[in-house]
Amino acid sequence: MIPGVVADFSQDTWVTYVVKAVLILAFLLTSVLVAIWFERKVVARMQVRPGPNWHGPFGLLQSLADAMKLLLKEDLTVTRADRVIYLLAPMISVFCALLVFAVIPFGPNVTIPFTDYSTPVQLTDFPVAVLYILACAALGVYGIVLGGWSSGSTYPLLGSVRSTAQVISYELAMGLSLVSVFIMAGSMSTSSIVESQTQIWWLIPLAPAFVVYVISMIGETNRLPFDLPEAEGELVSGYMTEYSSMKFAWFFLAEYINMLNVAAVATTLFLGGWRAPWPLSAINDGMFNTGWWPVLWFLAKLWLIMFVFVWVRGTLLRLRYDQFMSFGWKILIPVALAWVVVLGTFQWLGLAGVTRTQLFVAIAAAAVVVFAVIWLWPEQKEPAAQRQPAEFDPFAGGYPVPPLPGQTLPRSRRRPGRTLPDQKVVQSVDHSEEAR
Amino acid sequence: MTASGGEAFLFWTLAPLMVLAASGLLVVRKAVHAAICVMFVMVGLAILYVAQEAPFLGVVQVVVYTGAVMMLFLFVLMLVGVDSADSLTETIRGQRWIGLLLGAGLAAVLLTVIGRATFRPAVGLADANAVSNPVALARVLFEHYVVAMQVVGVLLVTAALAALVLTHRRRLGPRLTQRAVATARVAALAQGRPLTPLPAPGVYAQNNAMDTPALGPDGRPLEHSVPRVLRIRGQERSATAVLAAEETLVEHRAAAAELSEAAELSETARTAGSPARTPGGEEHR
Repeated sequence: MIPGVVADFSQDTWVTYVVKAVLILAFLLTSVLVAIWFERKVVARMQVRPGPNWHGPFGLLQSLADAMKLLLKEDLTVTRADRVIYLLAPMISVFCALLVFAVIPFGPNVTIPFTDYSTPVQLTDFPVAVLYILACAALGVYGIVLGGWSSGSTYPLLGSVRSTAQVISYELAMGLSLVSVFIMAGSMSTSSIVESQTQIWWLIPLAPAFVVYVISMIGETNRLPFDLPEAEGELVSGYMTEYSSMKFAWFFLAEYINMLNVAAVATTLFLGGWRAPWPLSAINDGMFNTGWWPVLWFLAKLWLIMFVFVWVRGTLLRLRYDQFMSFGWKILIPVALAWVVVLGTFQWLGLAGVTRTQLFVAIAAAAVVVFAVIWLWPEQKEPAAQRQPAEFDPFAGGYPVPPLPGQTLPRSRRRPGRTLPDQKVVQSVDHSEEAR
Repeated sequence: MTASGGEAFLFWTLAPLMVLAASGLLVVRKAVHAAICVMFVMVGLAILYVAQEAPFLGVVQVVVYTGAVMMLFLFVLMLVGVDSADSLTETIRGQRWIGLLLGAGLAAVLLTVIGRATFRPAVGLADANAVSNPVALARVLFEHYVVAMQVVGVLLVTAALAALVLTHRRRLGPRLTQRAVATARVAALAQGRPLTPLPAPGVYAQNNAMDTPALGPDGRPLEHSVPRVLRIRGQERSATAVLAAEETLVEHRAAAAELSEAAELSETARTAGSPARTPGGEEHR
C-alpha cells in the first residue's frame, strides 16, 4: 500500500503494469478514432447535414481511412526548419498526452475472471497524481512551442507564441479550480478523490470551481471557441502549418488525446469518477459500484464531457485574442481565487466548530441583508443634461437619419405652417408594403 | 544506504544523459537548444526525485521549473530573436580569464564545504512518508516554517506588483475599441472612403504580385488595390501589361484593342464628369 492512496496495488507485478499500459494505449488510440467520428457526426447533426456516412456502417471507418491517408502522404520537411527539434516537437506532444491516463481510475479493485487476482482498473496512483497531470499538460505545451519555433516560418511562430500565452494563463485558472477539490477531498490522489465522492459528487458543492474548470479545460486543449493557436482565418493552421503526413498526425492525435485527458480529469474530480449516478447507485446496496460496472459509468461520463466539447464547438464562435486573454486574466482567475478563499473560509469555520446549520443560517441572513441593501439603495438619477435631446441634425454623420428618441422632425419646407403628422408616415409605409 | 537494482539502473542511465545535456548548455550556439537542454536536465531531476520517493518535489519541479519558468524563458528568447546565436567576441577585456578564476574559486568553496559536511543518521523514508509525502511536507512547511513561507509569499507578491508597475503605461488617448473603429469607418463612408477592407492586389493566371492592380467586377483595374507606397514610388504595373504578357489568355492584339478601349472609356468618363476611379482610391493605403 502506498501511503495516501486508496487503491490497492499490492498484488500488482510488472506483468500487470505492462498489460495495463498496453490496454490504456489501445483504449486511447481507438478512442481518438471514435472521437473524431463522433465529433464530425455530432457537429454535422447540429448543422443539419449527415456528416461522414460512406465508409463502414454509419461512416465509422472514416477516421481510420483518414489516418491511413495521413500515414501514406509525403513527409515534407521545410528547408528552413531546425530538423531535430522539428521532429522532436510532435513526439513531445504525443508522449505527454499519453502519460495522463496512467493515473486515471477506470474503476475500483476488480477480480480478473476465473482467478483470485484482484487489481484496480488503473495503471498507477500516487499521492500527487493530479499535480502529475498538470505537470504533463505543462510539458505538452513544449511540443506546440517548439513545433512552431522550429518550422522557421511566421504563422507557426505566431501560433506557438499564442498557444504558450494561452496555456499559461488558463493553467492558472485550472489549477485554482482543482485546489478546491483538493481542499474538500483532502487528497491529491485520483483514487482517493473518487473515494471521497461517495456521499456527493463534487460537482454540486463545488459548482463554481467546476464551471471554471470546464472553461479552462477548453482553453487548455485549444478547442473552439478558444482555438486561437490554430485559428484558420488568421494563422492558416497555426503551429502545425508546416507539418505534414505522420508528424501532423501526431499533433492531431495529441490534440484529441488531450481532449480525452481533460474530460477524464473532469469526470474523476467533479463527476464522481467511476461511481454510478444517483438512482442507480442506490439499487441493491450499491451493486452497480462494484465489479466491472464502474468502467461503464466512467466511460459514459467521459463521453458526456466529450459531447459538451462538441456542443460548445458547434455553438460558439471563436473569440478575438485580446478578449480571450482579458477574459482569462480579469474574470476567470479572480473568480477562481475568490472561490478558493470562500471555500477556505468555510472549511476553517467548520474546523473552528461552526455547524452546518449555523453556517447556512448565517449565509441566508447575509443574503437577506445584501438584497435589502440593494433594494433600498436610492436609485441614482442620471444627470438631466445628458437626457436632453440635442438638436435634430438630419444629416448627422453625412447620411439622412431619422430623429432619435426625444427629437422631433423639423417642419417640411414644402408645406409651410404645419409639421408632418407621424400617423401619416406610418400609413404610407403600410401602403407601400401592401403594394408589394 | 543502498539503492535497489531498478533505482540504480535508472540513476546510471539518466545521470550520464543529464550530464551530457548540462554540458550541451555550454556547447550549443542557439539559445532555444540551450533551453531544451535545461528542460531535459529539469525533467531528469524530477524523475530522480520521484524515484527517491519524493513524488511531490518531483512533480513540483516539473510544474514550476519546466512548466512556468522555462516557458517564460522561451518567451524571452522569442522576443530577443528567433535565430539569435551567441557571439564569441569578448565585450569585457579578459573576461574569459576572470570567468575561469571565479569558476575555480566557486569550485574550491563547494569542494571544501562538501568535503567537510557530515550527515546525521538517516531517519528513514518510511517514517517521513508515513502520513503520505505531501501531508508530511505540508506539516513541515506550515508548522515549522510558516513564517518563512509567508515572508516568501509577501516577497513574491511584491515582485509581481513591481513587474506590474514597471510595465505599466499610462493611456494617453481613449481606448480604440472594435465598436469605435466600426463607427469611424461608417462615418468616413460619407467622405468616399470604403467601408470594407481594401481589395487585394491582382491575382491572375500567371501573376500574383503586389504591384498589379486587381480587376473590379466591371473588368476595370482597381487602382487602390495596389499598396500606396508602390503607387507613390511609381512601381505599379498596369493590368493590361500583365494581361498582355499572359499569352495563353490574351493575345497581344486583343490587349492592344483593350488598351485603346480603356483609353476611350476613360475619355468618355472624363467628359461625363465622373472619374473612372473607384471612390476613395487615393486616400487609403
